[in-house]
Amino acid sequence: MSAALTAKELHRANQEREAASKTLFGFWVYIMTDCVLFASLFATFTVLRNSTNGGPSGADLFSLPFVLAETVALLTSSYTAGLGLLAARRRDKNQVFFWFGITMLLGIFFLTMEISEFHKLVLEGNSWRRSGFLSAFFTLVGTHGLHITTGLVWMTVMLYKIYNKGVTAVNLKRLTMLSLFWHFLDIIWIFIFTIVYLIGVKA
Amino acid sequence: MSARPVISHHEESHGSFKSYTAGFVLSITLTLLAYAFASHQVARGWGLIYLLAVLAVIQLFIQLVFFLHLGRESKPRWNLTVFSFALMVVVIVVFGTLWIMKNLSYDHHTLSPQQASQYLVKDEGY
Repeated sequence: MSAALTAKELHRANQEREAASKTLFGFWVYIMTDCVLFASLFATFTVLRNSTNGGPSGADLFSLPFVLAETVALLTSSYTAGLGLLAARRRDKNQVFFWFGITMLLGIFFLTMEISEFHKLVLEGNSWRRSGFLSAFFTLVGTHGLHITTGLVWMTVMLYKIYNKGVTAVNLKRLTMLSLFWHFLDIIWIFIFTIVYLIGVKA
Repeated sequence: MSARPVISHHEESHGSFKSYTAGFVLSITLTLLAYAFASHQVARGWGLIYLLAVLAVIQLFIQLVFFLHLGRESKPRWNLTVFSFALMVVVIVVFGTLWIMKNLSYDHHTLSPQQASQYLVKDEGY
């Protein structure tokens, strides 16, 4: 803040900041309710994880190295989204494009792997119709995948807005919410990785 | 009503390059550790489940602090309050479901139909 700002301008800046922090809080509340949604899907999955109806179990279906690659890609994208947000705070437009570009590529890589896994399962006759276990699996992992898709669409829109108008206060606020959302999806994935894949295959 | 304190408050809840990097390195380490423990099956059955669950929960808190900056906001900490409530609901939903469903599970694979109906009469009063 330079000394050239008048009292009126300072007051307005403060008001905008306060409004932005309320918006961020509202978004945080949404994320917490989304957490509860995922909790119910995790509970459903855990209850149904042995209900294979004579069909294949997790140990028969999943490849752990494949899932590890997905996990590392998503985790790295969470990190690059954080670096992108730091660049946005510095109002460094090029760096924002660089880091969020990498985040998007990693997100697309993750989603492609997930879709190819789903595709393979369905082709082999192991779709959500096969057993309770597979219904719960597709619902839980698919809901996460839909969130990732939403995040990628949102990221595309944000980069377009920043390309047009630069890193304005409003765009910075939206970018902060987007990176909260993206970090949240990474946290959900830690539990999918652990419960569905590691425990599902090895324990 | 000076602008200074508000601005410095605002800066506090931000991450830095250092904190994001620390969070990333710790998360990758925990992920690889969990993967190694599972693929070498350092423990079996419930032992492995507990071990992996502990690693996942540690990673949850690392990411909450380093990526989501939880608890680093200025007071009153509404984000933390809402998080605590959500955590409580999550625990009740997940463990409540598992508890109830475990009690309702008559395990058709191990019980004969007669045993299952005996069990029903004994436990549920049908």
